[in-house]
Amino acid sequence: MFSTEQSCWFIRKVVCWRAVASIAWAVLLLLPITAVFVILSRFSLLHPIQTFSECLSFLTCASAIFSLILMCGVIIMVGFLNLEYYTVIPTIACSKIALLGQLLHPRQFVNSLAHCIMGIIVAWCCAVTLGGRYETIGYPCTQGDGTDSSPQMCLNEYHLILLLAGAFVGFSHSLLAVISNINYVSFHTVQQYKYLRFKGSLPFVVKCSAAQALYSVRNYIVVYFFLGYIPKAWICKTLNLHLNSSVHPLDSIAGLLDLSLLYHQWISASFLLFTWNITLLLFRIFVTEVYSFPVQSSFTEDAHQCLPKVLTDKQPMILKFLALQDVALLSQHSPSRRCEVFSLSQPGGHPHNWNAISKECLSLLADLTQRLVAYHDTVATNGRAKSLSTGSERKTSSETSFTSATEDLMSPRPTLLLRTPASVFARFVVGTPHSPLTAPFTPDLDSPFASPALRRLTAPLDQCSPWFGTVQSPHIMRRAPKLWSTSTDSQVNGSPPASPASVPSPKQEPFKPSRLALFLRNRKEQLPEASSQALFADSQAHIWALEGLSYLVQASFSEDQFGVIQTTLPSILGCMLILQEAVDRHFKLPHASSKPVRSASGMGDSTYKTLRFALRATLKTAIYRITTTFGNHLNAVQMSAEHRKRLQQFLEYKE
Amino acid sequence: MCSLALFPAPLACGQTTLCESNNELLSGTATDHRLKQSTHINYSVVLYFPRESLKLHCRTESSSKAAFLDHSETLWMRSAAAWRDGGLTGLLNEITNSNTEVPKWLSVSSGFTLALLRWFSSFHGSLFPHLTMSSENMLAEFSQVLNWSDCVVRAFAWHPHADKFAVALLDDSIKIYNPKSATTPTLKHRLQRSVAAVQWKPMCASALAVACQNCLLVWHVDPCSLSTRPSSGCAQVLSNPGHSPVTSIAWSPSGSLLVSASPMDTAMMVWDVASESCVPLQRVGGGGVTFLSWSPDSSHVLASTPSALFRVWETRTWTCERWPCVKGRCQSGCWSPDGSRLLFTVQGEMVIYVLTFGDTPGPQAAAVVADLSETTFNTADGDIIVGGEIHSLSWDPTGERLAVLLEGDPQAADRPAIIAVFKTRTNPIFELLPCTECFVRFSVSSGFVQGEPGAEPRMMQFHPNFQHGALLTVCWSSGRITHVPFYFLGAGVPHFGLSGSPSLPRPQERPADFANQSLFTELIS
Repeated sequence: MFSTEQSCWFIRKVVCWRAVASIAWAVLLLLPITAVFVILSRFSLLHPIQTFSECLSFLTCASAIFSLILMCGVIIMVGFLNLEYYTVIPTIACSKIALLGQLLHPRQFVNSLAHCIMGIIVAWCCAVTLGGRYETIGYPCTQGDGTDSSPQMCLNEYHLILLLAGAFVGFSHSLLAVISNINYVSFHTVQQYKYLRFKGSLPFVVKCSAAQALYSVRNYIVVYFFLGYIPKAWICKTLNLHLNSSVHPLDSIAGLLDLSLLYHQWISASFLLFTWNITLLLFRIFVTEVYSFPVQSSFTEDAHQCLPKVLTDKQPMILKFLALQDVALLSQHSPSRRCEVFSLSQPGGHPHNWNAISKECLSLLADLTQRLVAYHDTVATNGRAKSLSTGSERKTSSETSFTSATEDLMSPRPTLLLRTPASVFARFVVGTPHSPLTAPFTPDLDSPFASPALRRLTAPLDQCSPWFGTVQSPHIMRRAPKLWSTSTDSQVNGSPPASPASVPSPKQEPFKPSRLALFLRNRKEQLPEASSQALFADSQAHIWALEGLSYLVQASFSEDQFGVIQTTLPSILGCMLILQEAVDRHFKLPHASSKPVRSASGMGDSTYKTLRFALRATLKTAIYRITTTFGNHLNAVQMSAEHRKRLQQFLEYKE
Repeated sequence: MCSLALFPAPLACGQTTLCESNNELLSGTATDHRLKQSTHINYSVVLYFPRESLKLHCRTESSSKAAFLDHSETLWMRSAAAWRDGGLTGLLNEITNSNTEVPKWLSVSSGFTLALLRWFSSFHGSLFPHLTMSSENMLAEFSQVLNWSDCVVRAFAWHPHADKFAVALLDDSIKIYNPKSATTPTLKHRLQRSVAAVQWKPMCASALAVACQNCLLVWHVDPCSLSTRPSSGCAQVLSNPGHSPVTSIAWSPSGSLLVSASPMDTAMMVWDVASESCVPLQRVGGGGVTFLSWSPDSSHVLASTPSALFRVWETRTWTCERWPCVKGRCQSGCWSPDGSRLLFTVQGEMVIYVLTFGDTPGPQAAAVVADLSETTFNTADGDIIVGGEIHSLSWDPTGERLAVLLEGDPQAADRPAIIAVFKTRTNPIFELLPCTECFVRFSVSSGFVQGEPGAEPRMMQFHPNFQHGALLTVCWSSGRITHVPFYFLGAGVPHFGLSGSPSLPRPQERPADFANQSLFTELIS
């Protein structure tokens, strides 16, 4: 799963150790959590002292220690899955179909299976801990009536219902994780120490674990009521157990309305979710911790770890993000490191550090601008996708005008196309196999062909996908991958198909929409706000680039001794103003400026939903930061008349 | 140390302070007011909000219940409504009151729980007495405005860059005045009640944060718009359960974050306004947060609590220093322009303290820089006693004038609330010495700022970038807002410490006729 050839020094030396530290803390925290769970599960109001003595004696017995070791194994597994699946760029499903695609993805299937198994293990530990009627799966009973009753093993349904509850909660947790983007790791604007962050978010984790457990148990009871007989019969058959007819079956209304059973299910589910969520929380806190890169190093062997080099790296996305965060922080808080940025190289006198940083930040911003322009050209004013022909026509015309305007800003890059990190087949459609938007070892849900093993898994799924047999038109077949994405037709025309196996030759016959295709197409356009979210999915990087640039420019007013900033000031201003224009245009679209519904439930981080607003505010603040610092000196900066007019608005505080 | 005895006597009745020129405060009657300030026409405009012109709320929202007929609902409906309106206590109250309909054990047990809750909250309240106050009283108690509940102008804020300001009035509306435009937008919102503070977002032309009774509002008022009544859709509502009433807000000088404080909440909220998310910074001691002030170099935040304790947060990693006071809570505070010094006052004491922050570990104790104990002046109208507790402090952006609002005694006629203005110089020579005595040198006092007879100052604020010295805006109890310019030449452009962020654009050249005036300033100080 963990491909070693891709891992760079940062993954090996920093991210892995951070993950290990977070898992170690989670394992250490397991003991107090288990103790609390034991006390809560066995607490009886009438005999408080007896409860405590019972709990103490239980915690020291062998079965408790064994289940604790099992739990540690589960925590380590969860931590490993977190490390394997985390992403700094959220995967946003742009339509219901795409979401369904994510849920049915083979990789997701493996993930769900792992969660199910872990859920069963945790539930078994819970059953051991709860003791009493839950402890074993079989018990000796005398079956039958009359005299020929022989001792045999009967199924303990209480044990089974707890195990299945664990499996169900684990499964629903993994599904909810996809829906609420639980693997997305967001960065905080407020840099607190790890302990304080942990302490601050602990009550929230407790609350949301308990709530999620409540909902899961409710759903589980409904499922068990209707379908409970299937696993019961299966277990009986495989383990050669018997059903005790004298005991009331639990998949009935009377059996399920046992308050103590409900409480035990709920508290076990809460315990399970809490341990997992704590592991996730610790992982998030550790992995997003600020990393301070050296701006320059006196030893050449360390040069690849320096900020200018690290920023230009595309591969580990987390590295790029942390580097950009470091740029934003150093530009605000540390004069000594800013001084290194403004310094000149010793032989030659070139501002290499500043050039590398500014070039990377500017190319990021230009990239976003181009993405926005392309998006704007492909959607009609009502926010829906335009029809094929008009979209491509408009695109070419405006694209050329745009590129001519920003030619000087752009470094030579591969053709920048509208990329939607959200789409399941995005990488595939765009045709850039190493899209910088996708992290290298991060679980790319969007790339089903990541490993050969998965490819094998994928093939049958595609075969039995709903439209495989029915839709015969090659055009639809060609469109099929695209149905999962927001990327538009015009892009596909321009880019060569990456895998001919599943993207057949271009259209050979005139387009004849079948009913299913129309249906899918309508479903595809369902969530217009999501496409806007997907467009800004990685905007945290742009926000840092804007902050870093603007703070550095502001500081250069008094700190830049050699005037290294001055040469790039026109391009910085130009880039920001063009982006401002593009962002303004984007927010005129009907769905872009609508605020997402605030849903604070669950562990999923919904920061990505508001990234576009944050970007808009940061952009404006960044331009104002430069204009307030330089004031009328900016009139001496070379720029086009249009930009000057725009800048004058900022100088007069009229934006 | 400076004391009020060095001050010139307050003005006689009928005289108002007009401006400072040639190092003395000039006064006059209302008639020559216009004449003297004709050179700076912008600031001679006096805004006047007579109390009668404001349409006040005569009822609160919940009192409209009485106007409708009593409607008998089922117990379930009433319980649900009580849960929605009053939470757990409301629900328990409802169950206890309707003891005829519920089983006896339920009403008795809920009554018992209610009593237990009340006892616990009264115990909690005895630890922190401010928790028992109503939210209006709490706002009045902790506001930086003197006698807030009776004040026509409840909050005032200059824009940090542009020449405009916002005024919050008693009728819960906010007006925005811009001398360059004819329109004065009026902001009204359903949730905009009991405005305690307003502040413009730095590095932005349009965003205005408003601290209300139940939430925070951030208005986006387009400066180019001609609309006089921006819709409530222009306002972002930021609220967090338990974080009300909001008594103080502060934007970071870089414009990226907003912090808000409520005396009811032990956590101080750090808002990312654009994404409407907040990070609570919880510290239990003190029982709440009342007043916030962000240092101009954005490296520290002062957060005072209702107890005899205040904190200074460091904004890079958000850790705090605790500063326990001896007597009372920290009433007000202000930062020097370079963010290295904090002046603060403590309730129950008549002195101004200074704390110095820098690269070295901070001082172990605050030093007293000015003593404002009561002093009697003989004027033509009889003896006037000036001095006492300090309500708020304001330091001008150049660091040369410090305005101090003295509370006075509303009952005694000879003890008016008054603004005393000090000249200050942050002396670079003393910075190197470990002596904490005189980091800030309070030089010869400037004088008192007085308004029309009968009008008491309620609140004051310095203009953030006045070109010819400093401009103090004072809101009076009569509903008048006046501007008092202090013409002087600064001793130097303020130098910035940690962050190195340059100052606001300051004019390079000064009018020639003020050139000789600087000599006086320099010589005497």
